[in-house]
Amino acid sequence: MTSAVEQRGSAAVTAVSSAEQKTWCRPHLLGLEDLSRDEIMILLDTALALQEVSTRSIKKVPALRGKVVANLFFEDSTRTRTSFRLAAQRMSADVMDFFVATSSVSKGETLADTARNIEAMGVDAIVIRHRSSGAPHSLAKQVKCSIINAGDGSHEHPTQALLDMFTMREHFLPQGRTIADLHVAIVGDVANSRVARSNIWALTRLGAKVTLVGPTTLCPDSFAGFGVNVVHSLDDVLPHVDVVNMLRVQFERLTSAAFPSVREYSRFFGMNEQRLSRCREDVLVLHPGPMNRGLEISSAVADGPNSAILRQVSNGLAVRMAVLYLCIGAASFTSRNTPSNP
Amino acid sequence: MNPDQLLIINARLLDPVAFKERDEDLLIIDGRIAAVGAGLRTDAPNARVLDATGKCAAPGLLDIHVHFREPGQEHKETIATGARAAVAGGFTTVCCMPNTTPALDNDTQIEFVLTQAARAGFCDVYPFGAITKGRAGTELAEIMLMHEAGAIGFSDDGVGVASPAVMTRALQYVKMIDGLISQHCEEPSLSGGSMHAGAAALRLGLGGIPAVAEELMIARDLQLNQRIGARYHVQHISTAGAVALVRQARQAGQAVTAEVTPHHLLLTDAACAGYDTNFKMNPPLRSAVDVAACVDAVADGTIDCLATDHAPHAREEKDMEFDKAPFGITGLETALPLYAEALVHSGKLSWVKLIEKMTVNPARIVRLTDRGTLNRGAIGDVTLFDPHAVWKLTHESTQSRSHNSPFYDRPLRGRVTQTIKAGRLVFNLEQAAPKGRDHSGKAAIGQ
Repeated sequence: MTSAVEQRGSAAVTAVSSAEQKTWCRPHLLGLEDLSRDEIMILLDTALALQEVSTRSIKKVPALRGKVVANLFFEDSTRTRTSFRLAAQRMSADVMDFFVATSSVSKGETLADTARNIEAMGVDAIVIRHRSSGAPHSLAKQVKCSIINAGDGSHEHPTQALLDMFTMREHFLPQGRTIADLHVAIVGDVANSRVARSNIWALTRLGAKVTLVGPTTLCPDSFAGFGVNVVHSLDDVLPHVDVVNMLRVQFERLTSAAFPSVREYSRFFGMNEQRLSRCREDVLVLHPGPMNRGLEISSAVADGPNSAILRQVSNGLAVRMAVLYLCIGAASFTSRNTPSNP
Repeated sequence: MNPDQLLIINARLLDPVAFKERDEDLLIIDGRIAAVGAGLRTDAPNARVLDATGKCAAPGLLDIHVHFREPGQEHKETIATGARAAVAGGFTTVCCMPNTTPALDNDTQIEFVLTQAARAGFCDVYPFGAITKGRAGTELAEIMLMHEAGAIGFSDDGVGVASPAVMTRALQYVKMIDGLISQHCEEPSLSGGSMHAGAAALRLGLGGIPAVAEELMIARDLQLNQRIGARYHVQHISTAGAVALVRQARQAGQAVTAEVTPHHLLLTDAACAGYDTNFKMNPPLRSAVDVAACVDAVADGTIDCLATDHAPHAREEKDMEFDKAPFGITGLETALPLYAEALVHSGKLSWVKLIEKMTVNPARIVRLTDRGTLNRGAIGDVTLFDPHAVWKLTHESTQSRSHNSPFYDRPLRGRVTQTIKAGRLVFNLEQAAPKGRDHSGKAAIGQ
């Protein structure tokens, strides 16, 4: 598998792989719930090795040359789609973008048919964003190429959580602290958030302490069953945490008004300078974007010294390069070892 | 040989009404049970003989909750294909729900279903009429005209009657004909999700249908009906709280009946983990606590009736995203072994008690007094089954037009071998496919 990464990008990847003595065998990345600690570490270590590519004057390695990646986005997401596109291009893959509005999906074609048609064009991986939870899982049963979940409904957004892990690791490792040493608050609309779910799985798998914070209507106590704390007062939590991950209030997924007004939400669950002053001095503030400035996060915090929001975006690129590389690699390895029909 | 006489020998007869269990012969003459006893061969020397060694013979099974999709959605199921699936599952009487396109909400529609059923000829198919026009929940449908045309009861199944005012009028109105209201209990303003609101839904990021949405409507209806006293039946009960409400009402002396599906006795919401839409139905699969409460409620008699909610859907309709796929699974062909798994093999009920809840009890709920027993004079509907046969449902053997069942590949114990409708053999496992009437209306009987 490592032989697919040629020359320049390969040294670090090979070194990491042999040090860990673990291999990545999944053709798909559907979510983080099923991943082991080791698998998450392989993804993060591979991303670390590939991060260097983006610092070169020629920002490209031939690792996925001749491979085709299709971006199939059923929901608007300029950031994630562009990030996946650029990640694939940096690995020298060809990229196709499919938009719902211009494809036959709007003519009533089923998701499975759309995916099969795209696959029939000779695609190695489909990166899918869909508003239905589980859509990537259904696809993975119906096509042979790799399926990468770029966010499904309220279920999971694995690459977002991986880039969050990557960013925390990058920030705290120089201080000699691993993710297992951290207490992370995830704040806001947890119930509707795929980012929150993927973060919960990754953080708990890596040994972090996790506290969910939000109004009872958006952050139900039943989340405690996932091995996390659930509280409803942001002010009480802030002095005790190392990382505050502010979720976007997802107006498009709120089925009925779960809080009375933006003003009230912002007053009790928004991150602002006053609240920042209650935190540890080196607290790391994350936000998956796009931000509702002034609602869940104030501009002063978002643009301030504790914010890692733009680092998250940069790191997303490395993480997605790693995901594409590992999954497409595993898929071609699997297909090579599957006897073809006589 | 006299084609109007059928003698079943060597069967273990199960009759929930008269004698429970007997190893005797059963004689059907001119479509009616003529005699039960030993050595009946001498009484009817010219009768066709069916040797049922190793099998049980029960009254023909009834299912008072099926969806046959005709008119309007014949690509899922027709009355003929549904009836064929019914007899393959041992059912000789089924009651179909009115959520067709258009809805069965007037006497013409009711007559149409009865005509199609007669034409199909496998079993009796009695339609429920809608409670409200177009099942829209606002105006009462033509309940008296439908009753006159042969509607067996009234339901807006698929949805509950949300307005307490409309529901009050419906309960009052059916009193004139002593009609049955069969309610899909789901408070819509609390619902709208695609699976049970519980830990699994939270994990899967799917919208929930909370247990309280079902319980609230049952509680409301019981409260409304306490003063009115109409015949009221709870469809596909699925939560521990709902079961408790029905039990309490009965203990307080209020008349209420309830049915439960096979899947709500066997599966939990954990089955939705792979986003397989064959585990999507409404009411949704609930928690293990709810399943246990439903099983116990069948055992203690709170739930009197078993009904499949057979809900066929085409492959391309089910082959969709979980939140977009339609609710429902097929059930007729696997009902007997699945109920046996949940209730008999588990030691909760005897076979004859199970048969009671699949025959005479549903017959009483819909007031079909001529069936549900092997008593002399009853209609000659008999289901023969091998209680020990282990088998699997396959796509080749499926008689329904649709295949949306989560139970393919599940080992099933107990299998229907022959179904007899009014003395006619309408299903025989040994033959490739069951036979019905051809289009000339002439009976094409096996054997």
